[in-house]
Amino acid sequence: MTHHNLPMPCTEDAIRALRVGDTVTLQDTLFGIRDATQIHMFDRGRRTRFDLRGHAVIHTAPNVRKVPPAGTNQAGYEPVCIGTTTSDRMERFTRPLMEREGVRIIIGKGGLREGSSEAFRELGGVYLAIIGGTAALETTWITAIEDVDMDDLHPESLWRFGIRDFGPLLVGMDAHGGSLFRDVQADVASRRAAALAKLGVS
Amino acid sequence: MTLMTKPGLEPLVVAPEAIEEAAKLLYIRALKILPDDIKQGFARLDASETDGTARAILATMIENIGVAERMDNLLCQDTGIPIFNVLVGRHVQLDGWALKQAIARGTERATREHPLRSSVVHPITRKNDQTSCGVRVPVINIDFSDVERELRLEMIPKGSGSENGSFLEMLIPADGVAGIKRFVVDAAIRAGGKVCPPTILGVGIGGTSDLCMHLAKVAATRPLGSRCEDAEGAALEVALAEAVNSLGIGPQGLGGDSTAFAVHVEVAATHITMNPVAVNIQCHSARRASATFTTEGVRIGF
Repeated sequence: MTHHNLPMPCTEDAIRALRVGDTVTLQDTLFGIRDATQIHMFDRGRRTRFDLRGHAVIHTAPNVRKVPPAGTNQAGYEPVCIGTTTSDRMERFTRPLMEREGVRIIIGKGGLREGSSEAFRELGGVYLAIIGGTAALETTWITAIEDVDMDDLHPESLWRFGIRDFGPLLVGMDAHGGSLFRDVQADVASRRAAALAKLGVS
Repeated sequence: MTLMTKPGLEPLVVAPEAIEEAAKLLYIRALKILPDDIKQGFARLDASETDGTARAILATMIENIGVAERMDNLLCQDTGIPIFNVLVGRHVQLDGWALKQAIARGTERATREHPLRSSVVHPITRKNDQTSCGVRVPVINIDFSDVERELRLEMIPKGSGSENGSFLEMLIPADGVAGIKRFVVDAAIRAGGKVCPPTILGVGIGGTSDLCMHLAKVAATRPLGSRCEDAEGAALEVALAEAVNSLGIGPQGLGGDSTAFAVHVEVAATHITMNPVAVNIQCHSARRASATFTTEGVRIGF
């Protein structure tokens, strides 16, 4: 298990060097994306003006405060509380995010499924697991809300955050077909019968 | 027959303005300060967890509770669906319609004035009014107690990750208690890491379909350490908690012993042909806050 410090954006080689169980700290830039953002991008054909190639996206919709654009808050928002939502709902958007937008890293909680695992293997991507529900801590890793696109979907806009020492995050799914979530699910399935037997259920 | 109550005890009068202020305060407080029983639940899991990754995850969750309090910030970005439980004691005088309006106003003010993310949208258009309010939201449950001249207002910001882990099955009598147990174990497996474990797994047994799911919600949002008042329900709580925590789902679904702080059960009588069971899950950020109005004033707690 290795720790990696990754400035964003990064190359496919940097992504393929990551293995499940490794930890990663991200630097510089992170994009926030969510259900409505991706429904509009991929089901309704909307395009973002952001260049996401080689970048990381995090499954989030933040709490923000409206402020006059100034200093590090040129988008007119400052962070209040930024944290991570359940990824599974956005499973079907992994491949288009990678194929069309060039995204390399998805950060979320709870994991993604086989379709995403295949996309990560074919196209060179990873899923980094963050600890859900620890948003107060996560907010301290965000330095600024640099820009925002598709803000008519607020708070499910496409956000560009400035970040410093964002992590450590756990490589939950890698570009070699590995998935900690699949491993745990297989283990859980194998324990089901014993759990039911102890309850007196056949 | 008379429609007037006898003169005597002065009723407790709760003004809508006081409810509005309390609703605003409770929403923000619930999002920032975790109840003591949940903090103790974390300490208990931290002491008993045997998996290394799980211990590290629990440590980060505990660290987050401290960061939120020190920085006066929200524990979790999910401001949830606002739920208010109103428990009206005896000899309380209030205008019920005004109370509902006041709760909605307090919720909207918390959202605008803090500010908080409005997580509430129209279910068909998906339009977000940026008020945390909408059709029938905040959810308001009103019940009555036998406590003299007391009104309790409880606020629960129910996170969506765990709320999406809701399951109902209209089992039949022939499925028995075995069917209930199997359903709960399989619900925990289906929910996996998506519901932000360690959780409080709420189980509703009996009633009608809607009451059954409501019972599951009541169970999921009950303080840790509380027990089902029904002896059969209480016995199931212990057995089901052991079973769920033997599955190895662990914190965040990444493996370990700490899948649930507890399994809570609530029961209601049901029909001779029915055997309904529901599961509703509360995430590890098991947030709640309360205000108790008495003749002495207002007491803020969990």
